[in-house]
Amino acid sequence: MPAEVATHCPYCALQCGMTLRITKPDSADDRERVEVAPRDFPTNRGGLCQKGWTAAELLDHPERLRTPLVEGTPATWGEAYAFIVGKIEQIQREHGRDAVAVFGGGGLTNEKAYALGKFARVALRTKNIDYNGRFCMSSAAAAGMRAFGVDRGLPFPLADIGKAKTLMLVGANVAETMPPFARYLTEQRDVPGATQIVIDPRATPTARAATLHLQPTPGTDLALANGLLHIAIAEGLIDAEYLDTRTTGFDDVRKMVAEYWPARVERLTGVPIADLERAARALSDGPAIILTARGAEQHAKGVDTVTAFVNLALALGLPGRPGSGYGCLTGQGNGQGGREHGQKADQLPGYRKIDDPAAREHVAAVWGVDPADLPGPGRSAYELLDSLGEDVKALLVFGSNPVVSAPNAVHVEKRLRNLDLLVVCDFVMSETAHLADVVLPTAQWAEEDGTMTNLEGRVLRRKALRKPPPGIGTDLAVLAELAHRLGTGTAAVRANGDPPPSARFDSDPRAVFEELRRASAGGLADYAGVTWERVDAEDGVFWPCPSVDRAGTPRLFEERFAHPDGRARLIAVEHRPAVEEPDADYPLYLTTGRVLAQYQSGAQTRRIEPLTRVAGSGFVELHPDLAARLEISPDQLVRVTSRRGEMTAPARLTESIRPDTVFAPFHFAGRQRVNSLTSDALDPISRMPEFKVCAVKVEPA
Amino acid sequence: MDGVVIVGYGMAGARCAADLARRGVKATVVGAEPHRAYNRILLSNLLAGKVDETGVELPDSGGAIRTGSPVVAIDRGAQTVTCADGTVVEYEHLVLATGATAWIPPVEGLDPDALPDRVAVFRTLDDCRRILDYSEGARTAIVLGGGLLGLEAARGLAGRGLSVQVVHPVGHLMERQIDPDASAILAGTLAELGITVHTGVSGARLTSGPDSVTLTLSDGRELTTDVLVLSCGVRPETGLARDAGLAVERGIVVDDRLRTSDRRISAIGDCAQHRGQVGGLVAPAWAQAEVVARVLSGEEPLAAYQPAPIVTRLKANGIDLASMGTLDGEHHEDLRFADPARGTYARLRIHEGRVSGAVLLGDNPLVGQVIQLFDRGAPVPSDRRALLLGRSLGGPATAQVAPTPALMPDAVTVCQCNTVSKGSIVRAWRDGCRDVAAIAERTRATTGCGTCTDAVCGIADWLSAQEGVKA
Repeated sequence: MPAEVATHCPYCALQCGMTLRITKPDSADDRERVEVAPRDFPTNRGGLCQKGWTAAELLDHPERLRTPLVEGTPATWGEAYAFIVGKIEQIQREHGRDAVAVFGGGGLTNEKAYALGKFARVALRTKNIDYNGRFCMSSAAAAGMRAFGVDRGLPFPLADIGKAKTLMLVGANVAETMPPFARYLTEQRDVPGATQIVIDPRATPTARAATLHLQPTPGTDLALANGLLHIAIAEGLIDAEYLDTRTTGFDDVRKMVAEYWPARVERLTGVPIADLERAARALSDGPAIILTARGAEQHAKGVDTVTAFVNLALALGLPGRPGSGYGCLTGQGNGQGGREHGQKADQLPGYRKIDDPAAREHVAAVWGVDPADLPGPGRSAYELLDSLGEDVKALLVFGSNPVVSAPNAVHVEKRLRNLDLLVVCDFVMSETAHLADVVLPTAQWAEEDGTMTNLEGRVLRRKALRKPPPGIGTDLAVLAELAHRLGTGTAAVRANGDPPPSARFDSDPRAVFEELRRASAGGLADYAGVTWERVDAEDGVFWPCPSVDRAGTPRLFEERFAHPDGRARLIAVEHRPAVEEPDADYPLYLTTGRVLAQYQSGAQTRRIEPLTRVAGSGFVELHPDLAARLEISPDQLVRVTSRRGEMTAPARLTESIRPDTVFAPFHFAGRQRVNSLTSDALDPISRMPEFKVCAVKVEPA
Repeated sequence: MDGVVIVGYGMAGARCAADLARRGVKATVVGAEPHRAYNRILLSNLLAGKVDETGVELPDSGGAIRTGSPVVAIDRGAQTVTCADGTVVEYEHLVLATGATAWIPPVEGLDPDALPDRVAVFRTLDDCRRILDYSEGARTAIVLGGGLLGLEAARGLAGRGLSVQVVHPVGHLMERQIDPDASAILAGTLAELGITVHTGVSGARLTSGPDSVTLTLSDGRELTTDVLVLSCGVRPETGLARDAGLAVERGIVVDDRLRTSDRRISAIGDCAQHRGQVGGLVAPAWAQAEVVARVLSGEEPLAAYQPAPIVTRLKANGIDLASMGTLDGEHHEDLRFADPARGTYARLRIHEGRVSGAVLLGDNPLVGQVIQLFDRGAPVPSDRRALLLGRSLGGPATAQVAPTPALMPDAVTVCQCNTVSKGSIVRAWRDGCRDVAAIAERTRATTGCGTCTDAVCGIADWLSAQEGVKA
């Protein structure tokens, strides 16, 4: 193995470039260590936040899993596999194939996401596979698909952001969630006449650094966007020629937003008309970029909310022009690639639809199976979790910790406990692993090769610095072995009279990537022309890249959109209240989010000491006026209760939050788990849960 | 329910049809005006030339629409309505959304049924077209009536380059919404926009010439103008209901479920009178439309209309006025801020920790918050000044270079991305890290988003100066 590799951070979708080095021990009682250094890469330009700097501390962490566990007891890999396969076969025999389900993650490499989807459809032959990306950017993905015919988080390179005269961030707190991204914000502020607009119910560090902060009532972003478009139309700021030549649907949208006159929107959102006007005017004054993130998307109307901002961008003629456009800030490390290659319930590799006969035929041919044998669409993440213990009896979890990250988590935890078989692959004992019948210890990012696709749609290389420690497997090897055993044992598939699957499952990531290239060829997310060598040579390759002799595509939509007629769609969308608005019993809004020093469910970062020193505990953010009314003092323990559950954490008093709203980060478990409270109302299209708003009461604990 | 007929294709009627359609009920809408429904709220934009007529179209409301032939009679026994063209439409349930018509004040020489050339009310799309027609080539206009709509019309015409005078019979403008102090400041703002205000005088006599009209005021002054716009309020359109024998006072009397004295007939919007109040605004009309749709679709047969607090908002280029609640009431806190030179005025009335009334004029950054506090009856901040003066919540986000780093406590976090305190930077400096690069190497400060670079540089410079060390 090399003593040094150029790779990327294991955490968020920015995928900061970093160099990993093995440092030799200084003395006899010291040991080999892995050192992290920032690397000048187009995504991070040499920056790293403290999560990245400390990422290697988990590699030799005392809490790292080093052996499989069956029913909580250390076991050999052989015993673990035999246990899993025996149970799966029994369950499928008794309850059918779909009774075994798979739950993936947006942090898995492209190779793993691809293999997982194939494993579910070919080895388990279940329709039930979905992943935690549903809880992440699924609303933006669906809205992007609907409007543009393709979903790539940023349809332009990051560098464009620094060139926009006006930048609007909607529900995006990059200063804390993606700190090196803020380098582009700094650059953008230096554009002559620059305006930076942040829409967020909280005065986050990102909002406080902006030129204009719009602080709407939680759950009213859609009305806000319609109001901005209303003003843009009323003031003659729209690009009529662009609408005429490159889009359809504006007429309906125009009539719809006519009902969003400024005074009405002001009353719905609480954002003053003068600020709405400033924002609309700034967006139409030179190149402008509108970016949404979880704040706009994690709602039961998330798709329509994003659509309202896309409508605005299209009406102003932004998409497809340099330094202009609409984009979504994908969250998880491989949130982009993870949604393209088939671990989503309704998808096949290359962002193909599983109910499209041509897609089934193409992918089945690559997999060496009969298209008729591929299952159809399965359930979305929350609906899948909600059915555990009913018709779904077994769940295999890869790269996810739904006990902490799923909404209505008390209920989800109960569902997980009702399973006949729960298998978790992880490198630490996550809260979900604690409930598992079988835990399989797997490699970490510095111990494996593969590719990730970052928030720009840039395919990147993750490189192994060292081998996994003895006794630890890789996700790909686990899938290959399980597939092998399911295909050769007294499998349910054969008991049903079917032939065993002829498909191959490779444990070598490069071989899997080569297969992924063929499977994605001709799809929307076409990786056919991407090779690991090109990724290294070109600082990543932007998809689509249909052949090796063609460049990637850093900027989409320059000539046409991905719908058959080449035009983007504007779609009229109506504001409606949050599914659960405050009332007399639960009088406050709760909104959830992130802090800088923690990542997602915290399974990794809550074990890293330099991070827990900074952010080791959950908290509840309250406005001092609200705290005074509730007789709560700083750091006092408070109990927050919704119709679904409660949490207890210290109060943090800050004027940066609206007095009618409380905030808690979702990284924490147990008593501090805010997802015990969150709503499981789902978006009708993306099936995204309404993480960002529900009604609660707060009292001293 | 089948057989829902809506009389009136204005904002209330169109909304009700759409709300019903969304719930699977296809209503028949009969409208008097020849064109499709339009957004009355935006007529002042049309007058101001900010949008053309396509800009005031409403979304398709669903249902069967008949325009251009007004309903002339209701036969409650036969459950039919008869249109002017003789068509008879049967109903199971009838919704009256007949709106209101402009009231024309008693002025000598002004026949309400035959307005002379150059004189128009400001109510409908046709009125708007008429005013625009008269304004073509005109240089001056008079608006009779200094209420919300009159001022919007005045602002629109001024925006088209006309010199405008507003004649208002009461002692101050918008007397039902604002107080005399606010009115005085508003008049000053209007003057800067080319609008002269005459309060406390009414129009006494009108004489029409070939190229102008002359309005003689009650104090004897004569104002000659190219265009006269009458904006003196509206009266609910209750004729049909009265003829049909329904209970009518100022408006058509309805109960909490918006039913008239005939349970097969409802009334909504400007024509309806609920708990003694008649409408005039869109928000209550829409809320009523939805209640009727919930009842008639069977979604919530006992749905009741709850009036929401009224907020009046005037926002046109250069004017920003919000008014809500009441300015009366004893023992209410009364907070005021006035900056007449800059056209800003804020008055808040607070009772039991809630906003009971407010007038905000000019640049009031928290106008949106005040409206929401009032709207929702939410508690006001303990520091009332925040509402009168505040711009934004929370302090600056990024580490600022303090006037002197000496004043910065050691515990202050300078680099948020890597949680590096001033104390750590000082220690690094003392250990020999004398520039940003060296400090970054040691502490990781500046290596995240990079925005603290100036702050770190400032601390290093300060230490160097203080200790006489060359960086």
